[in-house]
Amino acid sequence: MGIASIVFILLVGASSWLFARNIMRVRRNILLGKEEVIDDRKGERWAVMTRVALGQSKMVVRPIAGFLHIIVYAGFVIINIEVLEIIIDGIFGTHRVLSFMGGFYDFLIGSFEWLALGVWVACAIFLVRRNIIKLKRFIMKELDGWPRTDANLILATEIALMTAFLLMNAADWSLQQKGAEHYTVAGAFPVSSVLAGALSNCSVASLIAIERICWWFHIIGILAFLNYLPYSKHLHILLAFPNVWYSKLKPKTEIANMERVTGEVKSMLDPSVQPPAPAAPRTVAGHEVADRFGAKDVFDLSWKSLMDAYSCTECGRCTSECPANITGKLLSPRKIMMDTRDRMEEVGKAIDTKGKWEDDGKSLHTRITDEELWACTTCNACTQACPVNIDPVNIIVEMRRYLVMEESKTRPALTSMFNNVENNGAPWAFGPDKRLDWTQQ
Amino acid sequence: MSEALQIRTMAEFAAAGEVPEVLFWVGCAGSFDDRAKKITKAFVRILNAANVKFAILGQEETCTGDPARRAGNEFLFQMQALQNVTVLNGYGVKRIVTACPHCFNTLKNEYPPLGGTYEVLHHTQFINALMKEGRIKVEGGSFKGKRITFHDPCYLGRGNNEYEAPREVLLKLDAALVELKRSKQNGLCCGAGGAQMFKEAEPGKREVNVERSEEALGVEPNVIAAGCPFCNTMLTDGVKHFNREGEVRVKDIAELVAEAGDL
Repeated sequence: MGIASIVFILLVGASSWLFARNIMRVRRNILLGKEEVIDDRKGERWAVMTRVALGQSKMVVRPIAGFLHIIVYAGFVIINIEVLEIIIDGIFGTHRVLSFMGGFYDFLIGSFEWLALGVWVACAIFLVRRNIIKLKRFIMKELDGWPRTDANLILATEIALMTAFLLMNAADWSLQQKGAEHYTVAGAFPVSSVLAGALSNCSVASLIAIERICWWFHIIGILAFLNYLPYSKHLHILLAFPNVWYSKLKPKTEIANMERVTGEVKSMLDPSVQPPAPAAPRTVAGHEVADRFGAKDVFDLSWKSLMDAYSCTECGRCTSECPANITGKLLSPRKIMMDTRDRMEEVGKAIDTKGKWEDDGKSLHTRITDEELWACTTCNACTQACPVNIDPVNIIVEMRRYLVMEESKTRPALTSMFNNVENNGAPWAFGPDKRLDWTQQ
Repeated sequence: MSEALQIRTMAEFAAAGEVPEVLFWVGCAGSFDDRAKKITKAFVRILNAANVKFAILGQEETCTGDPARRAGNEFLFQMQALQNVTVLNGYGVKRIVTACPHCFNTLKNEYPPLGGTYEVLHHTQFINALMKEGRIKVEGGSFKGKRITFHDPCYLGRGNNEYEAPREVLLKLDAALVELKRSKQNGLCCGAGGAQMFKEAEPGKREVNVERSEEALGVEPNVIAAGCPFCNTMLTDGVKHFNREGEVRVKDIAELVAEAGDL
């Protein structure tokens, strides 16, 4: 086994270990949230995951972006079959170890090449949409700074990886044509054989150098990208699947019942019913979290809302459909998800540093203002638009619950509405004695 | 209106030892809001014309709690819900129809975990069924060939996946149904949901109902059809904003059916 193989094995091992560690960190952060059992209607869940995540059914609602995304998605999934061969070749120092498959291998390599070209072009168009055409949802304020850089980095990396892949094949094909030692004839190269024209003046030695550099760049690039995922919105490529599986199957406008409140209200309405015992505080990361109404911080949201936040790739389809945002209000459902994720990351980093969580005087409400929360019409345009079934409305309602039930903070008109409902049984100042007036008019 | 409305309360049915076919949940808007009361009466005329034996709760009906829950006041919501469930279960109610998609959503989806499980229908579903069963016969009348566009209420459409019933009813009026660009799953909210009806909008560039009304007026309709008392108010105001109330009417589907059938 040569030096190269040993270096390669060490690289793959180290990056796999690092990746596993990062994924465990993401998992721990998601589990900072409240427990919620989601295991009903399993058959339906698999079907929705197959249709929405695997089948990209909600992506194609916008045909141009949907079509381009399917190319990149298919490219990502299919070209990674090639990574299997790259890993085997890397460990054993072989050349195109899977070529024994003959015609089928040629077909595979040929398809990878077309896909690689497709991914290259699609990512280039995505860059143009973001940076030159400047589509509205890509230039909004919440993307300033890191989110915009993150998006461009992802696209640039994919273009670089595809370039390396095609250039590697071009050098390989040229070497095969020249009958170079080790480079046995294998594969079909519909795209790179054209690129190879640019390499026609290269010697065998420089072709080998190009092939090796691209090979190493491609595989190191993939390993680096893998470890970039947990720090990036690009994590959606992994979380899209479980996130859709666990997504809400109930009617969109149904708000889940707070059972603890039911116990208390029942005892208020009927004095013979015992009020429920107060729930014991939960200990999360060595910190006692009070059982409160609604969401003050990430600990008070369901773990599913936190998975939603990590699954968001900031495409902004939710925000571009949101009636509040369209009419210039502060609310952006995408920002709700980004803020939730950023707060979760902030808490996670503090836990990593101190070994446990200590109150930092901040919360979700530090990032998300009341004005944003009170602008929502709960119309569910955002949940309808999201290609991976993220639910920003749930977070908004939970945060409103905290404002109203824990802080008594609301809009004055809503306080009047509450008083009316409580005293008159109607949101307006009409008593029950007026309820039948319409029959007489 | 040809005759006086025939309306009986659940208490009257119980006293007579009778059971109604369906409970009509009038809702707060339908009971108190001057514009929505017209929708309530139009729907009652349809029920009367179809000889539907229906009851209302009258003074025993109270807010479902929808706006309280959406505004974060879960205690108030559950107080309302549990009281309503007690009344409904006390009368043995099995089937409810309502002209408000917010009441519809709450009664249908949010009462079962609190012990109240009923078959709940939106009035457009109910009217559509009456037409299919031949219990009311309505021909186009004054709406024949008129351009009608339908604004999907979020709580009926996206919320509960009912897009067809209101459209099927409109098509029976021999009207030309013109779809808005943002319709069905992609329908734009009128701006009233999530308890916004009861507060000022947060600061912004324009009102949601103006945005939506502009879109609706853009298809040059004779009538903008609604299926929700809140949408109705929002769109009526929006049409007034553009000074078009003289030519374009905002009408609930029940009103259109009652008017077409001269009920």
